[in-house]
Amino acid sequence: MNATLVVILALAVGTYAFRLVGPVLHGRVTVPPRIQELASAGAVVLLVALLATGALTESGGFAGWARPAGVLAGAVLAWRRAPFPVVVLGAATTTALLRLAGVA
Amino acid sequence: MRSVQRTTSTVEDRSLIRDSSLVWLASGVVGVSFGAVSVAGGLPVWVPVLMSLVVYAGSAQFSAVGVLLAGGGPAAAVATGLLLNTRTAAFSLAVAEILGTGRAGRFLGAHLVTDETVAFALAQPDPARRRRAFWISGLGLFAVWNTGVLAGALAGSALGDTARYGLDAAFPAVLVALVLPALRADAAVRRCALLGAALALAVTPAVPAGVPVLLALAGLFLHRGPAAASGAAA
Repeated sequence: MNATLVVILALAVGTYAFRLVGPVLHGRVTVPPRIQELASAGAVVLLVALLATGALTESGGFAGWARPAGVLAGAVLAWRRAPFPVVVLGAATTTALLRLAGVA
Repeated sequence: MRSVQRTTSTVEDRSLIRDSSLVWLASGVVGVSFGAVSVAGGLPVWVPVLMSLVVYAGSAQFSAVGVLLAGGGPAAAVATGLLLNTRTAAFSLAVAEILGTGRAGRFLGAHLVTDETVAFALAQPDPARRRRAFWISGLGLFAVWNTGVLAGALAGSALGDTARYGLDAAFPAVLVALVLPALRADAAVRRCALLGAALALAVTPAVPAGVPVLLALAGLFLHRGPAAASGAAA
């Protein structure tokens, strides 16, 4: 079998197995409330870590100023309870304009 | 009574679709760039297309293709992608309640577990709305992502450098908007998240992709039990 196909299938099977952990355990094992609480707190912790590393880093190094500036603009809008589309467009537009102006 | 209820859920669905649609749009363009990057790097069109359908995880796909194109070999490509996707196990636990106990819902829903959809679903105020949000965001994202990848793979590198659209800032901003309510409401979660993010950023230069975000879970050490928390409050 083609090596690339093996890569794709191995990734697909492994990823689906990770994704099944929650649904398969649910209803079969009684998860203690404390663990449920930690799981939902853990999801927020993961998402915040993703957004922090996604905003600031690229391939292990600093992502440059344009991206974190855009994310910051989006965060300020979100903090001021701007509608969701405004947050998203505000962030992307800020970064795009900074790049247009020559800021990396 | 029934028509009132239906109207309410239609209005809710519209607002969920409206909020999802920008995430879909951004993901679609990222999908186009994934397809284009893969084909421009020398892979046949079916590789990014099949990978997007069966793996369906943006960051893992980019890194696996990156490793393949850089000549890192199949084992390294699989390891990198899987390491990035271990977080979906934690996300699937967080949305297990939303997916419920029906066989079809669980097995289909599991495949739709992504950062964006989990964040979008968990940001909703009540269980019924969380469930609708999960399916609307998840199915829409799946359709848009795969269409985008196919279009990108067929178009090749005609789109140019997608960085100029600022989309790389849109994704972190989406996550900010989605987790902000949880962070505002819960000081314990806020402490854990800040410590976790600091840990992730600190180790990023030194460890392989995927590891920093997992290490962030160590931030949960600051999450004390409900008894301890209420005791401290009193």
